[in-house]
Amino acid sequence: MDQHSFLFQALVYLASAVLFVPIAKKLGLGSVLGYLMAGIVIGPAVMGFVGKEGQDIMHFAEFGVVMMLFLIGLELEPELLWKLRKSIVGLGGLQVILTAMIIAGIAMLFGLEGKPSLALGMILSLSSTAIVMQTLTEKGLMKSVSGQSSFAVLLFQDIAVIPMLAIFPLLAPSDNTATQPGADHTWVGGQPGWIQTIIVLGTIILIIVAGRFLIKPLLRIVAATRMREVFTATALLLIVGIAVLMTQVGLSPALGTFMAGVVLANSEYRHELESDIEPFKGLLLGLFFIAVGASIDFNLILLQPGLVFSLVLLLIVVKGLVLFLLGTFFKIGKDQNLIFSFALSQVGEFAFVLFSFSLEEGIFEQQTVSLMIAVVAISMALTPFLMMINERWILPRIGTLQKEVKPSDEIDEKNPVIVAGFGHFGNIVGRFLRANNIKATYLDIDSDRVDVLRRLGFKVFYGDASRYDLLHAAGASQAKMIIIAIDSAEKRLEMIETVKKHFPNLHMFVRASNRYDAYDLMNAGVLRVYRETVDTAIRMGVDVMTLLGKRAYTANRLARTFLKHDEANLKKLAAIRDPDEYILAAKNYIEELELIVQADTKEPALERDAGWDVESLREEINAKN
Amino acid sequence: MARILLLFAHPALEKSRVHAAMLKRVQQITDITINDLYQQYPFFDIDIQREQELLLSNDIFVFQHPLYWYSSPAIVKQWQDLVLEHGWAYGKNGRMLEGKKIFHVITSGGRAESYNKEGYNAYSIQDFLRPVERTARLCRMEYWPPYVIHGTHRMNEADINIQSIQYAALLSALRDEKIDMKETESINYLNELLPIRKSIET
Repeated sequence: MDQHSFLFQALVYLASAVLFVPIAKKLGLGSVLGYLMAGIVIGPAVMGFVGKEGQDIMHFAEFGVVMMLFLIGLELEPELLWKLRKSIVGLGGLQVILTAMIIAGIAMLFGLEGKPSLALGMILSLSSTAIVMQTLTEKGLMKSVSGQSSFAVLLFQDIAVIPMLAIFPLLAPSDNTATQPGADHTWVGGQPGWIQTIIVLGTIILIIVAGRFLIKPLLRIVAATRMREVFTATALLLIVGIAVLMTQVGLSPALGTFMAGVVLANSEYRHELESDIEPFKGLLLGLFFIAVGASIDFNLILLQPGLVFSLVLLLIVVKGLVLFLLGTFFKIGKDQNLIFSFALSQVGEFAFVLFSFSLEEGIFEQQTVSLMIAVVAISMALTPFLMMINERWILPRIGTLQKEVKPSDEIDEKNPVIVAGFGHFGNIVGRFLRANNIKATYLDIDSDRVDVLRRLGFKVFYGDASRYDLLHAAGASQAKMIIIAIDSAEKRLEMIETVKKHFPNLHMFVRASNRYDAYDLMNAGVLRVYRETVDTAIRMGVDVMTLLGKRAYTANRLARTFLKHDEANLKKLAAIRDPDEYILAAKNYIEELELIVQADTKEPALERDAGWDVESLREEINAKN
Repeated sequence: MARILLLFAHPALEKSRVHAAMLKRVQQITDITINDLYQQYPFFDIDIQREQELLLSNDIFVFQHPLYWYSSPAIVKQWQDLVLEHGWAYGKNGRMLEGKKIFHVITSGGRAESYNKEGYNAYSIQDFLRPVERTARLCRMEYWPPYVIHGTHRMNEADINIQSIQYAALLSALRDEKIDMKETESINYLNELLPIRKSIET
């Protein structure tokens, strides 16, 4: 088969992703590194399936970044922005400015001119939203201080790209712009710098206005047709349309869609847009990382390995140090600060966009750009390793220790219960047990929370609860039961596997986010599954009934009966659930909802308190007479 | 004026005819405290302090409930077990309920004649209530004969209405201390204090 045909290319990319991502996940490296590995392997360096066209794929896959920015924009609610305003403007602003200045200074020391140095500083001050968000989410750290701070800084950086792109034309050597061959195909390519700046700002305003007065009504009309695929098509059209417009005016498509996302964040179609774009984003982002892996110029690295790796090291150290100092200044706890600094120490995907843009503007020479792209790609590839090193080797020894150091004379009692996760769910179980003097050992991944709990006298181990060594240290081999209350459903499944494999005698009590999560847990062999919403929702129903005049005791008996019936139903459905059809979850959801509701009404005796009903006895007695 | 506390227990009031009508009447009388146990404690999580305070601030306790299997619905037992604490209600230092009055208001499906040695049920209502009688005496309370409404299975709406009115009249009279309680010593049922036509019960 022709190596360049579309299908063959698709085969190579998909196969490599399907092969390497699970391997990376199994090794605990995170999916981003899996994609990068896949890219390196299929790239010119190893197997050579993807050669020069890797660059084209990269352009195509940048679309994943574009979609990601759209989704990030969609999630930006005004309240969240307001809550994080200090971190976004203060921490994010200072990070970008300081890092850009320091790197520009270093670049000038290396002999680069002022304007290119400034451009370089700005580009390299950015971090990778894709990698950091993905990694922190997978680790369940997004809600901790490090996660929130990272999010704030990344947000500022993503927004900062807008002025950067507006400034870049001004940084170009003045005689150079018009002669750039690549710039001619855009509408503004031949214009002088200041006109370009005006056009850029005009386009931004256009998107904001159109988002409000054009796109929202359009979505309303499309939604009214009730055809899901048309809505998906509209969502894609929206993003592609903005991307084309932005490319035509010589701007980054990512910024346009980001702003469109922000404009649509408070529209009623936010969730539909999110769920429609999400799978495309995931795939394209994966493709993007593969392309980054494939585009690493190993010849260049092999030619000057010393230079490339010293630059990577210098970059990570400078960025990391600035982040750590700012983190300290903003009073982030030591552990959280380390996670934050390591997480954001790489250069982000916007660098690829900005480098190619600045190449068109003639700010850098081709050679510099190739070198820097290799440096950026390596810094991205190193991030998961750095975070792992931090997690496994540095954090357990610094600040909040994995295990609390106790005076040696204190006997380390073995607690019968282990509680993994002290978030919204775990803290209720934990507090209840503690209030009743039940000795438990706690595991949590948020160092700030761990510190507080230790101060309150809890026995807490710090780290990823799905890791064997942490469970072992926490006494899982002596404990009787473990309560798995961590937030991430994925981590819970990982943890269950670890427990089943290494501590088979431990009774598991597992929190489930919803019905589907419960099915997964049941199919994983967990006997005690607790859906976090069911009891509360039924309790609410009881209160409604009581206020409508139903007797409180009766309403509560009805609730208990309903819960039992629902749990029995859940078990039944979990058993007949065909794992092969799992992928059709959305379709199944509706069918199953119908089934569940029907079961509720068909149940002959949801109410059976005949013992208190004298009707039959009355009939019998009165019939005799 | 005597302060009356009605301790009401019916697990399925929506299915009841007689108790529902009686309770409705009593709710119209002022100055009677109604403690609806199944409504108050759907989980049987009796608030002991609240209950003891209620007992202390009243003089006459009326336990109103249907007769299930010759006894009370479950929550009444739970209430007694938890609220009548040693050292509070009984025992050497438990004198908080001394001198308070207590009696039962009971409905039963069977006829009055069936509740005696020769009858279908072999024992009298008083016999079935012995445990409560002992409990009351142990708590140094004054135990009054029960107020019993027999033959509820055969009652029609009009009968039930008359019964409810009579019952409310009894409670009002007790509240206003219009009944000479010396009479209780010589009667089986408190019903005898009121002019209720026997025909309704047969």
